Amino acid sequence: MTRHDTAMSGTAAEAMIVMAEVEKWYGSFQALSGINLSVRRGEKIVLCGPSGSGKSTLIRCINHLEAYQKGEIRVGGTLLGDDGRTIDAVRREVGMVFQHFNLFPHMSVLRNCMLAPMRALGIGRKEAEATARDLLARVKIIEQADKYPAQLSGGQQQRVAIARALCMRPSVMLFDEPTSALDPEMVKEVLDTMVALAEEGMTMICVTHEMGFARQVADRVIFMAEGSIVEEAPPDIFFTQPRHARTRKFLGEILRSH
Amino acid sequence: MNLGEFLFLLSGLKWTVALSAIAFVFGCAGGLAIALMRTSGIVPLERATAGYIALFQGTPLLMQLFVVYYGLALLGLHLNAWVAVSLGFTLHASAYLGEIWRGAIQAVPRGQTEASSALSLKYVSRMKDVVLPQALRISLPATIGFLVQLIKGTSLASIVGFTELARAGNMVSNQIFKPLLVFGVVGILYFLMCWPLSLYGAHLERRLAAAER
Ligand SMILES: Nc1ncnc2c1ncn2[C@@H]1O[C@H](COP(=O)(O)OP(=O)(O)OP(=O)(O)O)[C@@H](O)[C@H]1O
Ligand SMILES: [Mg+2]
Repeated sequence: MTRHDTAMSGTAAEAMIVMAEVEKWYGSFQALSGINLSVRRGEKIVLCGPSGSGKSTLIRCINHLEAYQKGEIRVGGTLLGDDGRTIDAVRREVGMVFQHFNLFPHMSVLRNCMLAPMRALGIGRKEAEATARDLLARVKIIEQADKYPAQLSGGQQQRVAIARALCMRPSVMLFDEPTSALDPEMVKEVLDTMVALAEEGMTMICVTHEMGFARQVADRVIFMAEGSIVEEAPPDIFFTQPRHARTRKFLGEILRSH
Repeated sequence: MNLGEFLFLLSGLKWTVALSAIAFVFGCAGGLAIALMRTSGIVPLERATAGYIALFQGTPLLMQLFVVYYGLALLGLHLNAWVAVSLGFTLHASAYLGEIWRGAIQAVPRGQTEASSALSLKYVSRMKDVVLPQALRISLPATIGFLVQLIKGTSLASIVGFTELARAGNMVSNQIFKPLLVFGVVGILYFLMCWPLSLYGAHLERRLAAAER
């Protein structure tokens, strides 16, 4: 109960997302342990770490694609429980972009963007279409509105996926390795879209190994290993003076491979 | 075979079509319900529907018809042949279509459900708008294949005295003693129903696949 109170007062009230002592198990395997993370409105977080360190699990807990077993997650003041009501309230606030886009293949690009606002928010067709066209224009893909996802390149599909999430007018966007399934020549168009979104003040948590992006937009870079947050710092400090040996080793590997 | 006898065969054909249509329509409704329960994540529902499917896949259709036809009569429920046979085929079709669609629903990539959930779509919309349209496409060849089996399977209804195409053929053959001719014609009539369906299934599959390109 005390945690409730503190979360509602002082600086914590500014927090868009608060994770407190979050623990997550897959069966007997602990995927997250003792996660504490607070993200202010408008803040941009880059999450990195070796494969299997729990980055995806962490952000998937925030919109309850995965249930967590201990601790608390709050999004915009809503305590995320296991009941449909709080899950729904949180999901309306949180947009998500996946590594493999996950566009609906049987719908046009425009329909992909209109479906959730119409079904989940009860917005009328006309308004949903206007919003969809507006956001498709913002990700510079409006001329493809009537095509089907499979007719687009990977980079185009990912930009549609971003527009689709934005059509729900979320206050937070989660990105799970949005560029790692793309051919190298398409990475930039997606990162540019994300940078533009960041500049508009969106609250963002991005799992990515694009360190250029991290330097450019992140307020904080978080390094995870084995289900825990090992280190977090603003990018200039994170990249130049990492404190932990694991972080240094990871950065060495990342920079070598790029 | 004179015209009257041929028309008699056609009236049998009419009942075959009617019985197939009823079994397919109600079987689709029942099969959808079973497929959804089978994939619901609610353990008792999943177990119950798995048992139902196993029962109907593991026993001969003829036996299922006998049980419904005579079994219900034994329980004091005297259904007319029409209702009993329709019920038997509907239960049968529900089990098979339920299993076909269960597989198809599970073949839709997980990311589709996850993306729908992340967009705060609820179960009904996730299924109706996202998963089932894709599952339907995946299941189309198997669904049409089952419909063809079902049409041919309705010939078993003759055994409980229902005068559909096969039984009509049998009756005519007993009258005019030309079994080869009569059953040749009956066979052609079955073929004329089933073959276009198979072609149509293949065509739909190609068209839906093309829509995704
Ligand atoms: N559904 C699951 N069931 C069991 N274990 C899982 C499941 N999902 C993930 N895990 C395990 O949890 C750990 C963390 O996985 P997670 O996907 O969060 O890692 P990640 O940091 O995103 O890795 P990557 O960079 O490869 O995407 C891994 O060891 C993984 O094997
Ligand atoms: Mg991951």
